[in-house]
Amino acid sequence: MSMSTVAIDLAGVRKSFGGRVIVDELSFSVARGECFGLLGPNGAGKSTIARMLLGMISPDAGKIMVLNEPVPARARVARMRVGVVPQFDNLELEFTVRENLLVFGRYFGMSARKIEAVVPSLLEFARLETKADARVSELSGGMKRRVTLARALINDPHLLVMDEPTTGLDPHARHLIWERLRVLLARGKTILLTTHFMEEAERLCDRLCVLEGGRKIAEGKPDVLIDEHIGCNVVEIYGGDPRQLRELIRPHARHIEVSGETLFCYAPYPEQLRVLLRGRAGLRVLQRPPNLEDVFLRLTGREME
Amino acid sequence: MGESYAAVMPTNAYNWIAVWRRNFLAWKKVAMASILGNLADPLTNLFGLGFGLGLIVGRVEGTSYIAFLAAGMVATSAMTSATFETMYAAFARMDAKRTWEAILSTGLTLGDIVLGELVWAATKSVLAGTAIGIVAVALGYASWLSILYAMPTIALTGLVFASMAMVVISLAPSYDYFVFYQTLVLSPMVFLCGVVFPTSQLPGSFQHFVGLLPLAHSVDLIRPAMLERGVDSVALHVAALCVYTVVPFFASIAVFRRRLLR
Repeated sequence: MSMSTVAIDLAGVRKSFGGRVIVDELSFSVARGECFGLLGPNGAGKSTIARMLLGMISPDAGKIMVLNEPVPARARVARMRVGVVPQFDNLELEFTVRENLLVFGRYFGMSARKIEAVVPSLLEFARLETKADARVSELSGGMKRRVTLARALINDPHLLVMDEPTTGLDPHARHLIWERLRVLLARGKTILLTTHFMEEAERLCDRLCVLEGGRKIAEGKPDVLIDEHIGCNVVEIYGGDPRQLRELIRPHARHIEVSGETLFCYAPYPEQLRVLLRGRAGLRVLQRPPNLEDVFLRLTGREME
Repeated sequence: MGESYAAVMPTNAYNWIAVWRRNFLAWKKVAMASILGNLADPLTNLFGLGFGLGLIVGRVEGTSYIAFLAAGMVATSAMTSATFETMYAAFARMDAKRTWEAILSTGLTLGDIVLGELVWAATKSVLAGTAIGIVAVALGYASWLSILYAMPTIALTGLVFASMAMVVISLAPSYDYFVFYQTLVLSPMVFLCGVVFPTSQLPGSFQHFVGLLPLAHSVDLIRPAMLERGVDSVALHVAALCVYTVVPFFASIAVFRRRLLR
């Protein structure tokens, strides 16, 4: 990829805190206009990476380029064209929605006139037209998240860095955010998002990087990753003795993972398995298409959360 | 290393204004309560000590005790309002409220934030110091013009104590540590720096030490201005106050960088 088409480039980035390795020899590139996901459980290093891209954490080693600027050395210049949705809302709770946008626009050196010119379209985008003069402390969690999203767009950024944008939201609010993010992608924005929701990653991301313990354990398009690592239906079985069941179903499975009391059986011919298990008291059997959760389980031997 | 420090310093001469305006907007919403709160404590001291002690003390350095004390109270209220604005309000914005974190994701740097907070705290000092001055004028202990003369020193005093408090909050893990700074640094300074009695009352060796304290330099500038007397060694006092502003300012940025931008 030539530099002008690359939004983010990490090469051999390392970071430790107090002797603990948080990010380990990480390299990836994000193309302009792409939605790139950092997927992993809590503690995988996702937030650290997001903060590194903004110059808020300095790497111990490696190179980071954001919108063609070296970070952290020229992070401020890069940030002028980046919008940020942090993991925890840090809105001005005592200010109205409109005041939040005004104050934030000034941090980018925007004039009051310029800010006032863009505020109506941001409010419309975030579906907050009727809440412009409401105090943020009075808004619901989903609305606050949308204020944060509108705020991140005040400087008309090329790139959005979103750290767990829908964590803590109810399904309805989450779907609304996803829909808004797809609109942004259709407008050509680049998005880097961290998430531990498989569904979020599958729905939004063009490509993603699966992280565990600060290391990249897989990278690619979601459907390709699923196909490569799983490539068949999954049958979840629980309610019995996992060890006994494992022996029983082994002939019908390409691979079996045990997590807690649940068996994940990757079965090319799930019907045979269902026949085998039919009539066994107390067993619950669920057949479904494979997803990124299975990829993570397959790669690490454990579940995401 | 030099490069990474350069990246956190103030960007230019005006970026900090956005931070100042954020604080001004927040203050406007609670302005009345804030002004009353700022006035209550120094006025209590002024009237309590001024009328009470003033009766016993009589005249000090050729003026009434309450006029002598009023100048000291202007300097002290400038000190406490800048200190408290920084230690409590700015600390909350840096820590629990995550305001600084939000600003650090924009076109501003850590240095811009710290500078904006300093000037804001100094603004509150000017409000508080001037308010005491106006009371003194209304009671006939100072003239309107003298308050105007004192104002630059009030502002500089605000910068000094905001800057010093900035170092305290950059180092303090939580609010609980601020009390040490209040009781071990600020309170003794009030008694040592000529606020409530002339420094000439102190033992000789103490007087040399007092010459190193910032509040003494503030008082030595504000009192002559309010009593409309000539000021001795203006340049020395101003220079001392500038050192007390600039050195802690850069020190606090260096510590904040280690704390917030690891």
